[in-house]
Amino acid sequence: MIDIKNIHKTFNTGRSNQVNAVNGIDLHIKSGEFVVIVGSNGSGKTTLLDMVAGSVFPNQGSIIVDGKDVTKLPDYRRSQWIARVFQNPMSGTASDLSIIDNFRLAAIRTRAKGLTIGINDTFKNQVKEKISTLGLGLENKIEQPMGTLSGGQRQALTLLMSVMDSCKVLLLDEPTAALDPRSAQVVMKTAEELIKDYRLTAILITHNLKDAYTYGNRLILMGEGLVMKDLGAQQKSALKQNDLFDWFG
Amino acid sequence: MDFYLTALLQGLCFSGVALGIYISMKIFNIPDITTDGSYTLGATVTAIFLTHHQPIYITLPAVAAAGATAGALTGVIHTKLKIHALLAGILVMTALYSVYLALMGRSNLPLIDVSTLFNIINISADPNHNTFWILIIFVGIITLFIGYLLKTDFGLAMRATGNSETMIRALGVNTDRMKIIGLALANALTATSGYLISQQQGYADISMGIGIVIIGLGSVIIAETFINWLRLTSIWLSLLLVLSGAIIFQFVLAITLEIGVNPIYLKAVTAVFVLLIVSLPRINFRTAK
Repeated sequence: MIDIKNIHKTFNTGRSNQVNAVNGIDLHIKSGEFVVIVGSNGSGKTTLLDMVAGSVFPNQGSIIVDGKDVTKLPDYRRSQWIARVFQNPMSGTASDLSIIDNFRLAAIRTRAKGLTIGINDTFKNQVKEKISTLGLGLENKIEQPMGTLSGGQRQALTLLMSVMDSCKVLLLDEPTAALDPRSAQVVMKTAEELIKDYRLTAILITHNLKDAYTYGNRLILMGEGLVMKDLGAQQKSALKQNDLFDWFG
Repeated sequence: MDFYLTALLQGLCFSGVALGIYISMKIFNIPDITTDGSYTLGATVTAIFLTHHQPIYITLPAVAAAGATAGALTGVIHTKLKIHALLAGILVMTALYSVYLALMGRSNLPLIDVSTLFNIINISADPNHNTFWILIIFVGIITLFIGYLLKTDFGLAMRATGNSETMIRALGVNTDRMKIIGLALANALTATSGYLISQQQGYADISMGIGIVIIGLGSVIIAETFINWLRLTSIWLSLLLVLSGAIIFQFVLAITLEIGVNPIYLKAVTAVFVLLIVSLPRINFRTAK
């Protein structure tokens, strides 16, 4: 589903503050794989994810998504295949727009935003039904501005929004970093269910080693812009939680 | 009484500026001051077309297109050249000054003995009432158009662009293009105010746009104060309040003149009035806490 071929990214080339964020990564991610990426700060995880999403362009190498070379496509064109959940709940939703408005935009992620009114009763009921699966009681608040909700609620809704339109790849950039433990658990459980139900290919970046241990069927450790360890499903299930902690020891 | 009717008519004429600023400032979150320029540009194009005996229904699209071009230019400078929106607006506004001087060939173009919107349509025998009804219909149509637009999928994408750029890019919207379209729309609306005012006052003048942006800002800020106070989320009510803001603004100026303040100080009063509406809610808020 995702083919990353020898990509490099350097920021501030030639200046004193030059950062070699990603230094030649090759990665083949199969359809349906749920890849968890861990690594200390500055290991290049987020840069890698941003390059897959298209908000950062590599200096070298290519990225292929679903058989198409997307290396030069900007983020808003890769949205045809890719949905994202950001670290900051504010980034994945529009605060001043109502929940239903946010969902409408998500429901036409892969299509043109035309000059017709897309929100009708059928759509509202469809969204209500979806939201009720979260069990957060938000289905009766769809006219409320997104900004009135908590970070956890917003992240959970952002996840749901990603499957409102056809979605092949889901990118999760530390989606629970800004949340309290209980909200974080709701968000991770929701993510896992959606990935399973919609057979998504997913990449999760996390600093939470317990999540890295619990979720996903492939585990990658990054360091200094390179892949240091790459564990497939079998190796990952054989891994003990303490081994994971030792990586960072 | 006529005095206040004139203020009301002026307020209606300025609703284009108010809606334009509402779109650039509130919807897109971009401080756009191309306004002064696109307003005068609208008046200039109107004066030139009408003195060349072009019908008003051809003049209006030409005015809107001229305003949209000015706005789009600011948008391109802002998004493609990564120049701050304020500076981009100032640059376009400054350059436009030469444009309307070149177009008119002089600094002032009177509209005498030409067919205008207000003398070819007859709804009422009283000229002021006639103007009033024409303006109400005109502003009503524009408001319906903007209100509908903001409710469409495209309108939602516009609103999200000003609200959460990362989100709407991830949802497949080219935000640069969206901002250019937004600024074009905002300035097209502003230009229609120039279209109305020049026909109502009977001339276009190169300096008529100086400080016009404050009228738009004032109207939107008045509206915003009410929107926050009443916790409104409806687009229609917001637009209605923005229109009311434009009218209230003209009434304040009319009252200022009525109580005998020297017209020299009118701009200062305008600035102080806007400062008051911006600051009063905050002062109240602090003491209440």
